[in-house]
This record gives sequence, C-alpha cells and structure tokens, in this order.
Amino acid sequence: MRTEISIKNTKSKFLDKVEELSGENIYACYQCGKCSAGCPSISEMDISPNEIIRLVQLGEEKEVLNSKAIWICASCFTCVTRCPKGVDLAKIMESLRQITLRKNVDYVNPLSISKEVLSQVPQIALVSSLRKFSS
Amino acid sequence: MKISYFPGCTLKTMAKNFEDSALASLSSLDIEMKEFKRWNCCGTVYSLTSDDLIHQVAPIRNLIRVKEEKDTRVVTLCSMCYNTLKRANKLVKEDSEKLDKLNNLMDREDVKYNGEVEVLHLLEILKNEVGFSQIAKKIKIPLKGLKVAPYYGCLLLRPPEVGIDDPERPTILKDFLGSVGAEAIDYPYETECCASYHTVVNVDLVVERAYDILNSAINRGAEAIVLSCPLCDFNLDNRQKEIKEKFSDFKGIPIFYFTQLLALSLGLDEKVCRFELNFVDPRPLLRSKHLIGEV
Repeated sequence: MRTEISIKNTKSKFLDKVEELSGENIYACYQCGKCSAGCPSISEMDISPNEIIRLVQLGEEKEVLNSKAIWICASCFTCVTRCPKGVDLAKIMESLRQITLRKNVDYVNPLSISKEVLSQVPQIALVSSLRKFSS
Repeated sequence: MKISYFPGCTLKTMAKNFEDSALASLSSLDIEMKEFKRWNCCGTVYSLTSDDLIHQVAPIRNLIRVKEEKDTRVVTLCSMCYNTLKRANKLVKEDSEKLDKLNNLMDREDVKYNGEVEVLHLLEILKNEVGFSQIAKKIKIPLKGLKVAPYYGCLLLRPPEVGIDDPERPTILKDFLGSVGAEAIDYPYETECCASYHTVVNVDLVVERAYDILNSAINRGAEAIVLSCPLCDFNLDNRQKEIKEKFSDFKGIPIFYFTQLLALSLGLDEKVCRFELNFVDPRPLLRSKHLIGEV
C-alpha cells in the first residue's frame, strides 16, 4: 500500500469530524496493534484496524472512506475490550461509515435485498444490517 | 417473583423456541414474566455516534413503557435487545443533557424518563436471584452425558461496562450447564463474533466464521452448542446448510437456546422446547442420550 503523507491533511476537517462523531481521542492510539491482533474480521479487510486509525491520524480521508474494512467491522467490541489506551475503535469505525451514509449514499440499497433473503433472515439481522449499511 | 419482560421482535417470530421454552421454564421456577404493553423494536444495534440521539428513542421508549406500568426492572432474553436497552439506559443515566434532549424529542409521551428502570438479561436473574444451585435442586432430568459448548458471542459480554460476565473469561453459561447436569466443553471460539448482520448480504463471511466456531467446538468433543442470541442462532444453526455446501468435511451440530435445555432438565413437556423450530434437529442426539422418549 502506497500512501502519500502530507502535513496539511493532519489539520483537516475530516479529523475533527471523526473525533466529534466518535467522541474519541484519535491521537490516544500508539499503534500497538492489539485491535488488529484480536479482530475476527481482519482476514476480510483491505486495511487493518490499527492502520485505519493511523490513516485517520494522518488525515487520509479518501483512503479510509473508500476502504472495505470500515464496512466489514461488525461492532463486535473485541478491540474496544482489549485496547490498552481505552480507544473505542468501534465508535471510530461507525463514525467513518456515518460520514458516507449521511451524504445519503447507501452501502447496501435496501431495495437490492431479494424477497428470498427477506423471507429467510430474522428481523434483527435485517434491522441491524440496514442500520449499519443504509442512509 | 414477577418481572417486566421485553421479548423483542425475533422472539415472536423465528425464535419462538426461545420464548416458549423460557416462559414455561420460568413459570415452573415461580417467576412470572409480565410482557409489558406497547413494546417496540429496540433498534437492534446501539447507536455509536455521539450526536445520534434519534436512534436512542426506540430503546428509551420501551423503558418508558416499563415505567408506566410502575415497574423498575425489565428482563430480556435476546442478547441484542439486552445490549441496546442496557447501553441506551446507561447513556441517559450518565448524560443529563442528552436525557433532557431525548425527553424533549418524545414530547408526546405522558411520562418523562429519568433512568429509573434497570435492564437485566435472563441469565443474570437465573444466576443471581434464582441461583444456579437452586436450579440444580429443581432439576428432574439431569442432562447427564450431554457435552455442550457454550457460545457467548459479542453482545452479552461486550463492551465490558454492560457485559453480564468477564468479557475474556466468562463462566455464566458453563455454570448454567453445570446446574442442569450437562458437561461444558472449553474451546477457543466461545466469545468470537459470528459475523452478525453480514448474514443478509455477505453469507460467505458468516459461513467462514460459523465453520471455524462450530468446528472448533466439534473437535473439542462438543455434541451441541448453547447460546442466547437469535441472530447468532440463525448464523450457527440455519447457515449450517450453506456451511455444508462449502465445506464437505463439516458434520453438523445441533444448536440450543439455553432455555430449551432448562425446560428439558426441569422435566417440562418436550413440546414447550419447540425443537421442530431448530434448523438442525437436536432430537436424535437427545434420544441417543435417553433425555427424551422414542418417537
């Protein structure tokens, strides 16, 4: 992965927005990697959880918001439970999803879910999926 | 004991085997579950962004309904409902500004909410108020020789400030299994996420995860899994069809709600367990252990 780092980006509104939405101190993270070590979904992610938070620190908005990783995170709170610095990465991941969803952009269009799936899955699956994936 | 009860959506539809077995068991333990009136969906997932108050309305509105019926405690069976109600309640108890805003948002409610209701999971009632040792005394059919792996998933335990047990070393389901005479199996995946709502649009992810979880338990000698979440149940039970299509070595394993094992061990009529609603039929296993009668 090649990322161009610029000091300008670290002063971006993007960082402020993530901190405001999540209520978390992004700079508390010291990159120990414990979140990635315990993440059950890491094999499905294009960018690992500790890299996500580092890229947010560096203000790399596009790279983070276009990642698959933020949508794979299912808020299982394993990283939240284990972070030695008390960073709630689940809240940061949700903030990153929300930045896209609040522009009225769906990650999953509810109308794209087939009738077969609708009749098969329990309500809690459907409601939680749409809460996480649709605007 | 009488306690206000929040069933949530899925217990009234796909997880009737969870609700029916729970209500019958509790009634035989002299606990009256009073389903409060006009309950609504809890929202299923707790909103994690700091400014998103509108999604706290659904869980808090349920707690207002409980308060209206002059109750101070509410019990849930579903892990997702438990987590959402518990976290929303914690939020408004600790943040008076948000509580005021929420009460203002719900201006058509007659009763204002001030954090008076306590949210509990049924396992907490069984452990702390009935007592596992008391349950053990009431057991008529000990589930002797039944090797069961507890599966906690995420939302019963995490985040730790709302979890019902130690998030890394939980024992509550193991202790429960002990009280009904079953043998608990240790395996490394008991608190691993089942991939949750990905089951709607990313079945592959769920299949991979469920295969790892179930196979780990099977390899440790488990004959069944026990859990308390209808979404985990769907992913670990119903998705075994897709697991078998992808992994030819997968043998399959029955999945129980903990209340089904409770009802069975209390000697209640097998019908209350609603085993016909389990995707993988657990009855051949139970028959082989002489825990239910022959057909």
